[in-house]
Amino acid sequence: MTTTPTAGDVSAFLKRRARWSPLEAAFWVFAFATIWLFPDKYLILKDSAILALFALSLDLILGYAGIISLGQAAFFGFAGYFAGLVAKYGVINEPVIALICAGFAAAALGFVTSFLVLRGSDLTRLMVTLGVSLMLGELANRYSNITGGADGLQGVEIAPVLGRFNFDLYGHNAYVYCLIVLFVCFLIARRIVYSPFGLSLRAVKGNVLRASAIGIPVKWRLVSIYTVSAFFAGIAGALLTQTTAFCSLDVFSLERSADLLLVLIIGGTGYLYGGLIGAVIYKLLQDWIANLTPQYWQFWIGMVLVVIVLIGRERMAGWIAAARAFLTGVVGRLLPNSAALTGATRDGQ
Amino acid sequence: MAILETIGLEKRFGGIVAAHDVSLAVEKGARHALIGPNGAGKTTVINMLTGVLRPTAGRIMLEGRDISDIVPHERVRLGMARTFQINQLFLDLTPLESIGLVVSERLGSGADWWRLVGSKSAVTGEIVEIVERFRLADVMHTRTAILPYGKQRLLEIALAFASQPRVLLLDEPAAGVPEAERHELLATIEGLPTEVTVLLIEHDMDLVFSFADRISVLVNGTLFVDGAPEDVARDPRVKAVYLGEELDA
Repeated sequence: MTTTPTAGDVSAFLKRRARWSPLEAAFWVFAFATIWLFPDKYLILKDSAILALFALSLDLILGYAGIISLGQAAFFGFAGYFAGLVAKYGVINEPVIALICAGFAAAALGFVTSFLVLRGSDLTRLMVTLGVSLMLGELANRYSNITGGADGLQGVEIAPVLGRFNFDLYGHNAYVYCLIVLFVCFLIARRIVYSPFGLSLRAVKGNVLRASAIGIPVKWRLVSIYTVSAFFAGIAGALLTQTTAFCSLDVFSLERSADLLLVLIIGGTGYLYGGLIGAVIYKLLQDWIANLTPQYWQFWIGMVLVVIVLIGRERMAGWIAAARAFLTGVVGRLLPNSAALTGATRDGQ
Repeated sequence: MAILETIGLEKRFGGIVAAHDVSLAVEKGARHALIGPNGAGKTTVINMLTGVLRPTAGRIMLEGRDISDIVPHERVRLGMARTFQINQLFLDLTPLESIGLVVSERLGSGADWWRLVGSKSAVTGEIVEIVERFRLADVMHTRTAILPYGKQRLLEIALAFASQPRVLLLDEPAAGVPEAERHELLATIEGLPTEVTVLLIEHDMDLVFSFADRISVLVNGTLFVDGAPEDVARDPRVKAVYLGEELDA
């Protein structure tokens, strides 16, 4: 029978998607717990956090707005050099402020280049984004008097974060810094995708023709999200420079942009955690395989990718859902009172 | 006064003339039907009205204002919305989300990036009204891709309606809807508020003659006859060119 919904129902339902799930909370609790759990793994954890933020930036445009890009490294590298130069010449000493400024510099670059990128089809976009990052890489090479060219940017000294926390030798502070920045950026991204703006992006991705027929200014929405994405990519690049006190031409490399696509293929797009989970898996996999066969690790990475794509994400999501149902069942049987916690519904036995 | 008017509208695709000298006047509050045999240029005219296609020549006036050079999404803001002959829906969204999208876009809060979806009561209140009017309440949480076709057709109109148009262009709203779901659709179209002017493009003669108070016939891209339904039905040329063809078919 037809039921009459109220404005309250509608509001509650629309907000439901944005609610934090226990699984999400667990994810972040674990992420922060790694600070104490794996003190000897700070380097790889830090690299994963930076890669995760970088992948998040691509997920925002690819997973939510359907813009495919092979040029995220342009923003990563631009902000990386920006952060390195302002620290080297003492323009902005405090790392957090420098980080935000580097993000805005990348965003400005994103805004300007968005007009080139947003015309044309997927293939055009791949080529234009790739072209922009190649051009920037070559400019950085040409103006070696500023960037240090092939030798990289030497003599960068990073002041203590907030004037208090020095980047120590063990990478503890660097990792905590990256993790906090990742978390804050994630919260902002999460807020954006569950806003009306974020919903309109999904509409544009789903059906451009209809989106403009219901009054959505498609072009400006895409320009906006591309700019935001450049901001996050820039933050990731600046983090790398700040935590290594170094920046070299490879920040602009095609591999860096291509790695991101791999990360999102592993983790999945359009739910924000894809980039995060994908980055961790990719880094761990790379580390593990490189330890096993230092020479041929790329072979195995390649094979994992082929397998993932052939099996298909839906089938794997199905396995994960089945495993989850099984685990909640087991937990429910062991701890009868925990059913309410896990949200599992069981038949009364 | 005509709320929507075209003056000498023309569209050529290379050597093909899809529309020629179409001067159409839709009165305020009218239930105006645009009919014509297949390939007569009806959808071409709609596409020019909404800005999807650029006319080769001629002007389009909405409420006395020349909108010929205005981009599609701006025309929606100026009060003209359309539905599509082939569903153009957001398959991954629910009807609730799709309608909410249109409403918040109209209220100018579609670009809000810090507010959560569903947190503005002006928007949610209006969503409820539209969901009720278009009989979508019982499926409002269902992903659009798996809705029955009749419900999808209703959503197609609901999305256009949600932008509160003063002129609503319906492009074959009943096309392909199975008999069982037809009644609901037609009743909803009949029940559209009278303040909204409707320009209907339709093949279905029963719907046209039961609904329209004015009919324009388009043949080979040219406006052929324009008048009250009785006159159009009696017009021997229309019978010969259009209705005759229908009967033969």
